[in-house]
Amino acid sequence: MRNRQYRVILAKLGLDGHDRGIKVVARILRDAGMEVIYLGLRQTTGSIVAAAEEEDADAIGLSMHNAGHLTLGPKMTDALQEAGLDIPLVIGGIVPDEDVEELINSGVAAVLGPGASAEEVVSTVSAAISARDQA
Amino acid sequence: MNSSQEPIPQLFKSALSGERRSLGKLLTIIERGGETADTVAGLAHQKAGSAHVVGVTGAPGSGKSTLTGRLIDLFSKTGYKTAVLAVDPSSPLTGGAILGDRIRMDDLAGEDCFIRSMATRGHSGGLALAVPAAIQIFDAVGYNPVIIETVGVGQVEVDVAGTADTTVVVVTPGMGDAVQANKAGLLEVADIFVVNKADRPGANDARRDLELMLDLGHVSGLEEKTGYRPPIIMANSLEGTGSEETLKAIKGHAEHLKKSGSIKIRQKQRILMEIQNRIEILIGSNAKEVLETDLGIANIEAVLNRVISPAEAAKLIVNSILND
Ligand SMILES: Nc1nc2c(ncn2[C@@H]2O[C@H](COP(=O)(O)OP(=O)(O)OP(=O)(O)O)[C@@H](O)[C@H]2O)c(=O)[nH]1
Ligand SMILES: [Mg+2]
Repeated sequence: MRNRQYRVILAKLGLDGHDRGIKVVARILRDAGMEVIYLGLRQTTGSIVAAAEEEDADAIGLSMHNAGHLTLGPKMTDALQEAGLDIPLVIGGIVPDEDVEELINSGVAAVLGPGASAEEVVSTVSAAISARDQA
Repeated sequence: MNSSQEPIPQLFKSALSGERRSLGKLLTIIERGGETADTVAGLAHQKAGSAHVVGVTGAPGSGKSTLTGRLIDLFSKTGYKTAVLAVDPSSPLTGGAILGDRIRMDDLAGEDCFIRSMATRGHSGGLALAVPAAIQIFDAVGYNPVIIETVGVGQVEVDVAGTADTTVVVVTPGMGDAVQANKAGLLEVADIFVVNKADRPGANDARRDLELMLDLGHVSGLEEKTGYRPPIIMANSLEGTGSEETLKAIKGHAEHLKKSGSIKIRQKQRILMEIQNRIEILIGSNAKEVLETDLGIANIEAVLNRVISPAEAAKLIVNSILND
């Protein structure tokens, strides 16, 4: 059992216009009892940081489908760090296996592939939040 | 744990100094309710009292957020720092929610505004306390106006809308939206009507329906006394037409409230409503507890044995709570 209501921001960073996957994830997290703050397409690191502050988000999920993850992922973790926000970042979408480690090293909490099941999505996000809580 | 670790007075101080993250955390505390939330609300209350509270309400998908985004933009262009509280229903089955109002506001929202999404979390009592407390804290840290977006269904939402200083009711063409709004009790709380999606067929019919209803006297008691008639504004919020007019109408209504003295009545109504809600919740939560005490058990027993009626038992128990 979670000891509080989790609030998760979901967004697409940059010009990637593919939002089917992220909408599915939004419903999965909602159905798992979380509050999803859905920002939709074309967000910037700045707009995501502002939303995370205002919404007091417990986690941020970014969906990436345009092979930009190796630049955008670290850009996002940098932006969070710069703002002094200790919020786990989960990246979902099409990320080749060999890139996962690099993302994790850059401070991304977890990476979810396109084949992730609903249970995996929920447990990964929950685990990222409770790991941060315990840190 | 993360957010609640920092002491409240410190969080409050840094929120007052303009730190968004602290304000975000205080809002989380308010949402969770309980003693800590009451402490935050109490601190906020001491500093609040200057913000104009605007309720934006209407059917799901009528364009409340899109319009609100336009208003934020216009307000900030005239030097106002707007805060928005966007309330959406939680799923009654899972308690989860998808809060998507920001999508429609973000593009136009700048540095000087603050948007917070809030889920109803199933218990209307909680919402009835969290919304006024959130308004107070926005007000306390210097946001003005404070805009509350709620879906115009359900009594609590209508109550929330009705306690704003200025309530904007958004209707759309077709499907008898205006008639629905009337049934939901929204017309009685409306200070301004916006017929949104006026780019769609039937907009003029919607306008006429509203005019008729206003003529028939479906208006707030306040209006009758002060001679204020809610304006009806045609808008296409996607393109921004009608937003300037809506802004003007809000300012006009604020002016009217001041001149007529109604602002004091509204503020009093809002406080009354909040205290009443708090009393109900206090007594309500005491009711459960008291049923588990000796007094409660004795009364239940007496009802079971048909010595007293359930109504008599309830009265005895309430009297004992009040005399406590
Ligand atoms: N044609 C047209 N579409 C509009 C207008 N205003 C908003 N929309 C669209 O209507 C849809 C709903 O708009 P929102 O602003 O999210 O409506 P809402 O009332 O906040 O919705 P909920 O918060 O879900 O109840 C979106 O797709 C908007 O782009 C308008 O004036 N004309
Ligand atoms: Mg909305």
